[in-house]
Amino acid sequence: MKQSQIYLIATAAVLCVAGAPFVLSAFSLTLLNFIGIYSLVAIGLVLVTGVTGIVSFGQAAFVGIAAYATAWATALNGYSPWLGLLLGVVLTCSVAGLLGLLTLRLKGHFLSLSTIAWGLAISYLFGNVPWLGQHNGISSVPPISIGSFKLMESWQIYYLIWAFVVAAVILAYNLLNSRVGRAMRTLRGGDTLVESLGIDAFRIKLISFIVAALPAAVSGWLYAHLSRFVSPAPFEAGMSIEYLMMAMIGGHGSIIGAIVGAAFVTLMKNSIQDYLPLLVKGASGQLEIVAFAALFILFLQRARQGVVPYVRKYLPRPIPVTPPKAAELSRRTQPAPGTVLLDASQAERRFGGLVAVNQVSFDVRSGEILGLIGPNGAGKTTMFNLLTGALKLSAGDIAFAGKSVTDRRQYQIAQSGVARTFQHVKLRPNMTLIENVMLGTYPRTKTGFFRGAFRLNTDEEASAFHEALFQLRRVGLGDKPYELAGNLSLGSQRVLEIARALAADPILLVLDEPAAGLRRQEKQQLAELLRSLRSENLTILLVEHDMEFVMGLVDRIVVMDFGSKICEGVPKDVRNDARVQEAYLGAVA
Amino acid sequence: MTSDIAAILGIDGIATGAIYILVAIGTVLIFTVTRVIFIPFGDIAAFTALTLAALDMGQVPGTIGLVAVLACIAATMEVFGLVRRQEFRKIPIALLYYLVLPLLIVLAVWALIPLAPPLPVRIAMALILIMPISPLLDRIVFRPVADGSVLLLLIISVALHFALVGLGLLFFGPEGVRTEPLTSMSIDIGGIMISGQNILILVAAIAFSGGLLLFFDFTLIGKALRATAINRTGARLMGIRPTRAGTVAYLLGSLMAGVSGVLIAPVNTIFYDSGFLLGLKAFVGAIIGGLASYPGTALGALFVGVLESFASFYNSAFKDVIVFSLLIPILLWRSFTVIHSEEESEE
Repeated sequence: MKQSQIYLIATAAVLCVAGAPFVLSAFSLTLLNFIGIYSLVAIGLVLVTGVTGIVSFGQAAFVGIAAYATAWATALNGYSPWLGLLLGVVLTCSVAGLLGLLTLRLKGHFLSLSTIAWGLAISYLFGNVPWLGQHNGISSVPPISIGSFKLMESWQIYYLIWAFVVAAVILAYNLLNSRVGRAMRTLRGGDTLVESLGIDAFRIKLISFIVAALPAAVSGWLYAHLSRFVSPAPFEAGMSIEYLMMAMIGGHGSIIGAIVGAAFVTLMKNSIQDYLPLLVKGASGQLEIVAFAALFILFLQRARQGVVPYVRKYLPRPIPVTPPKAAELSRRTQPAPGTVLLDASQAERRFGGLVAVNQVSFDVRSGEILGLIGPNGAGKTTMFNLLTGALKLSAGDIAFAGKSVTDRRQYQIAQSGVARTFQHVKLRPNMTLIENVMLGTYPRTKTGFFRGAFRLNTDEEASAFHEALFQLRRVGLGDKPYELAGNLSLGSQRVLEIARALAADPILLVLDEPAAGLRRQEKQQLAELLRSLRSENLTILLVEHDMEFVMGLVDRIVVMDFGSKICEGVPKDVRNDARVQEAYLGAVA
Repeated sequence: MTSDIAAILGIDGIATGAIYILVAIGTVLIFTVTRVIFIPFGDIAAFTALTLAALDMGQVPGTIGLVAVLACIAATMEVFGLVRRQEFRKIPIALLYYLVLPLLIVLAVWALIPLAPPLPVRIAMALILIMPISPLLDRIVFRPVADGSVLLLLIISVALHFALVGLGLLFFGPEGVRTEPLTSMSIDIGGIMISGQNILILVAAIAFSGGLLLFFDFTLIGKALRATAINRTGARLMGIRPTRAGTVAYLLGSLMAGVSGVLIAPVNTIFYDSGFLLGLKAFVGAIIGGLASYPGTALGALFVGVLESFASFYNSAFKDVIVFSLLIPILLWRSFTVIHSEEESEE
């Protein structure tokens, strides 16, 4: 599919939405209004749950905060609904920000459990605060008016609702394809990966969380003025589950899926209400919930991918547009060859009683390739994690470019010019090669959330694109930039990780067993690439098992065994060192 | 607040906490063995209370229908699975466990109702009737996704809770029940009257949690459960079937939840949907114990009970808000004290 065809389809969809009131019955229009309102919440949830992987059981509470805010402002205090919108959005986003600050450091299911907790606490609050009407709610909420024109009829507010939906879709789509959006899409790969790219994972989570609350707030505002009445019931935990269901049924991380899911759930609910009493005599409303929950469970068991990704498999893939040539991203000046770049002194790391790294000191000098080797269990990986900030030191100090980095966070170390690869490849398999490499440019670019959502970032985006393309070509993967990373062989994935690291314009490249799983020819190409990088004054630290690969490539070697450094020197000396031979081959009998 | 009121609130809180202990320990047991955060345990407790109330009045409890329906679904799923894998020889055993055994229980209870048995027998009937529910739910709902992430299992668990609330209304009706007190005596300690019911609750909580500890330490199945909780793959290599360990855990957990339902029924009016708050508050206690430690869970559940008791004295409308808001600092504290392995979320 070409870009122009996609625009054509999108325009046709918008026209269909615009034309609906002329052909549909009043009842269908009411349904569409609710679908629109739910879609907004679901779009937010797709961003926070589908894309970044934070499962929120409390989204209905955000809708409720905005709905109550506007009801309080308009029905109780007589302000304009537009002031209600402002109040609702500001209040909801502030609460989201506060809750995010408190809870987003929680991991995995702990985080989701906390969303249950605040979701419940907020919904109980609605039912118990006297000046919010307690369980009776607030009635006679006025309709929204534009100037003196009141949106009383269902079709009038219809256009407002769907205008918001269309805007939310476009903004969300832009955001996901921007610098911040790529970082959001990377969060599912784990915090270590995100931080290694120089991205502050917590900040991205917080942004996602607040961004997801924003459409929920608009939805709450529309809901209050559409039903002209608010009560605690629509903002309780059960509704949060329905929102989650909408976001997941539509499809994992798909914006359009949010609308599909909202439509599916709303229509299904409607038809269950119509047909269930025919099937089961005297069925009460509660059977609805049973049928609903059962279907959701069945969906989670059988078809977790969701509707839209399933359909998309049968559609032609959009043909990507290569952005025009743009100014190059600025480069760092590499330090003069031979200066001490990384300095570990008496580095020590204990896990309980186990000393994994015991008072290890060595340095890496600018412009060299240093190999860190040792038998299994020598503490190489721990040392590696200490150097990149993934683990904290128990004692000792590590300095990079003359500054101590012992107390710096992992992403800060990455930002200062340390780029790494992983022993077990960490790529985003569902992102293209070029997107994966563009992740590396994150610290070199600065488009924020707003500029990304409103697409005010095209120049920088083009620069990042061409930088990524250049690095892909440099490692030999430039011929298929739009391939999905998950489709590559293991060897190519390792090389792709190096391209991503290079896109960060690093001073020090730290490679964790880059030759593992590579064929002989691939290893030779890799060695060739690393030599050419050294000739450009890039410094490389290499943790490796493959002796042939190491000996032929590196300038100096540090050998570790049982957590301690046992030897350091040029390859020839290390090979002849008695302690090294003993560590690898055992003592001479 | 006088010290008398404080003492009364404290005792009340400890009794409530003791009820939470039973449910919370069941939750921890299930989580460690199967990785499922089983939110519906509160519903199981509420259903037990409703069952007992129906038995007290000589009526057929809705549980009978519920167990029969679940047994039929589970048996059908199991047989279908076996046929697809062409393991026809295992079908009779599967039918025995998933269909005949639950139906036998249902029939036995049903036959006993017209005889109007005494209270202890009725309690036993209610408990034995409630016990098959969660293992059957495990078979129907969780086993097809047993290898899914904790998060997926959690979402399913929350959805399951809503299904159970709906089923509760369907099978038990909207009326609330309160059963007759198990004992009417009370003791005077230092001028403060403590009801026999509260003492009974405390004794039952201690007896059942103690019994569980003994079970873990002195039986082979108990050790198998602990092994599965520590390392599923390792336990499997030692010949322990995780599914069977899961079933045992669900049975035990249901028993604990059932006992708590029996104990709470004379104190509070129980509706078909009362289980949610009961389960969640017990769950707060379980999280204080890090979803891992039984003594920590017991202390946590007691703390929640006492906090709730005092909160309802000061501001009864906000007691639930207070209890659930409390969960956030607890989660924060827990999240920092538990060491996480970097777990990539599902693609």
